[in-house]
Amino acid sequence: MPWTKIEANCIEPDFANECMETGRLIAYADAIREGLRQALILDPNVFIMGQGVDDPSGMFGTVRGLHEEFGPERVFDTPLAETSLTGVAVGAALGGMRPVYFHNRPDFLLLAMDQLVNHAAKWHYMFGGHVNVPMVVWACIGRGWGSAAQHSQALQGLFFHVPGLKLIMPSTAYDAKGLMLSAIKDNNPVLIIDHRFNFKQKGLVPEAMYTLPIGKGVVRRPGKDITVVAISHLVVDAFNAAEELSQQGVDVEVIDPLTLRPLDKELILSSVSKTGRLVVADTGWKTGGVTAEISAVVAEEAFSFLKAPIERVACPDVPTPAGHTLEDAFYIGKPEIKSAIMKAISFRG
Amino acid sequence: MKLTPQKKQELFYAMLRIRRVQERIESLYLQDEMKTPVHLYIGQEAIAVGFCSVLNRDDYISSNHRSHGHYLAKGGDLKALIAELYCKTDGCSKGFGGSMHVVDVSVGQLGSSSIVGGGIPIGTGLGLALKMKAAHRVSVVFFGDGAADEGVLYESLNFAMLKKLPVVYVLENNQWSVCSHVSSRKAGDNIFHQADPHLLLTRKIDGNHIQTIYETAHEAVEHARQGLGPSFIECETYRILGHAGCASQDPAGYRNPAEVESWKSKCPVITFKDLLLAEKILTPDILDEMEKQIASEISAAFEFAQKSPLPAGKDLQKNLFCE
Repeated sequence: MPWTKIEANCIEPDFANECMETGRLIAYADAIREGLRQALILDPNVFIMGQGVDDPSGMFGTVRGLHEEFGPERVFDTPLAETSLTGVAVGAALGGMRPVYFHNRPDFLLLAMDQLVNHAAKWHYMFGGHVNVPMVVWACIGRGWGSAAQHSQALQGLFFHVPGLKLIMPSTAYDAKGLMLSAIKDNNPVLIIDHRFNFKQKGLVPEAMYTLPIGKGVVRRPGKDITVVAISHLVVDAFNAAEELSQQGVDVEVIDPLTLRPLDKELILSSVSKTGRLVVADTGWKTGGVTAEISAVVAEEAFSFLKAPIERVACPDVPTPAGHTLEDAFYIGKPEIKSAIMKAISFRG
Repeated sequence: MKLTPQKKQELFYAMLRIRRVQERIESLYLQDEMKTPVHLYIGQEAIAVGFCSVLNRDDYISSNHRSHGHYLAKGGDLKALIAELYCKTDGCSKGFGGSMHVVDVSVGQLGSSSIVGGGIPIGTGLGLALKMKAAHRVSVVFFGDGAADEGVLYESLNFAMLKKLPVVYVLENNQWSVCSHVSSRKAGDNIFHQADPHLLLTRKIDGNHIQTIYETAHEAVEHARQGLGPSFIECETYRILGHAGCASQDPAGYRNPAEVESWKSKCPVITFKDLLLAEKILTPDILDEMEKQIASEISAAFEFAQKSPLPAGKDLQKNLFCE
């Protein structure tokens, strides 16, 4: 897999998005770029900042050339000062702007935790609703190619824990554009955690501007035997696992929450109440993370529907190793999802 | 900037008012009705008043846990401040913020942070917003010597210089961070005096001398308003009371009482009062009138705060997200 540039060389599964009639087949990065460009045209208060946003590679292509079209005042490179620059985004948002702060890797968001968690997430609540912080922070998980422990972390579990911070993890080009526009329009701090593997995809995307509801998940594939809640690029893995298992007579429902906070609990609970079995798959660590929370929600609120223990598919609790044989052992995907499904299906209590 | 007699009176009144508000809070704090950690500003009044007196209503200030003086000097509502100390619904943050988190959007105070140094990049970002909107307004950031220990100051100053932002950084060096003296935290007098003057206007001034502060504030704010970029003003002052709470709650033994006494003799309010009396700009009658007016305003604010209802538990989920 090339490192700095990701080829969009596969087409998303047919998820029957509502844009099937109007959409064009475009690369995931181009979908984000189109949304950003439309936001910059629509609202003079929108601006994009981030270390490398004016690079030739344009942050995996998501912002490529926007600095030329909109000028360095509205699309600008930043110093390597994530703590302060996140605070700058908070202040600019308080001052009436709508900043979009791009990061290559979520790992560097740990340097921004003070402003994200202590400030942005609390400002509206702590000041009795008198002020609000409409800002977007975007970061892309860098799995693979020996990225190792500090350039590949899936840290959504940490941010999921924080009240006041909206958290989006898209999985298709259509959602990446629509949710980016929704995040920019939203009056709260919104964190979008994307994934390199999503950038391999092309999907159907309408050219017109549109937003999608933050906090609403979608059913990627209806099924009656078991529910798989999958996050980010694992949605494609879950979908493909489901298609393969349908040949063996297992009918899998695949749910994509798209937003982690606020979480679309109703969609998950109604699916589990129908199927009675649940697999949760996330790109992050197992302990205290996204699979833990979603499993807990279902155990609390849909226990009586469960016919089998909940299965979790998540990365083991170790830092990401560099070597590819170790990466193979660390990462999870379609095979792990398939075996989790079969384990839950074959459970006899 | 020559100070007119009327301006001197105004500055003195603003300083005296902040002092008396702090003293009233201090005197009532042990009643335990203000259930929030208060950080009093006694001894530092000249700085907030000096800088805010050259600002317009729509200029921004950012501030910290020791925020009452900045809030009042900028024109923040006194009743709402006191009600916030009682954590009441009529408080400036509706009882959700407490003493360290004050806000008054109508005067450009968009919220104070109690994470030391936290307000510095936010004030910088407010400056970025002003520059992007070509607003000819200014963002002033107040912070202490403890915040100057934080790396975020260095990052923010660099960004403000890079973008020539209309931000005035006001370091109130009161020498103490909780019970840690500045000498135990800093390798000498090393805070940004070496900056290229074309990039950053820097001054180190007497933070207890209102005339000097006023003149420097005027220079720095005009510098920012004209688009010439940021400035960094270190004001030497002293925290007369302890870090938090009232005088009797300050643990003994971490500083020399003689040091405190020597700074009390440099009190910004008393020295300015004595000067204005000598200049006959103040008379005992005028002073008396000022004291009465302030005392009655403060009493009314405390009465208002005490009568205001407490927030209801059912409102716990309010304002987590903005619609």
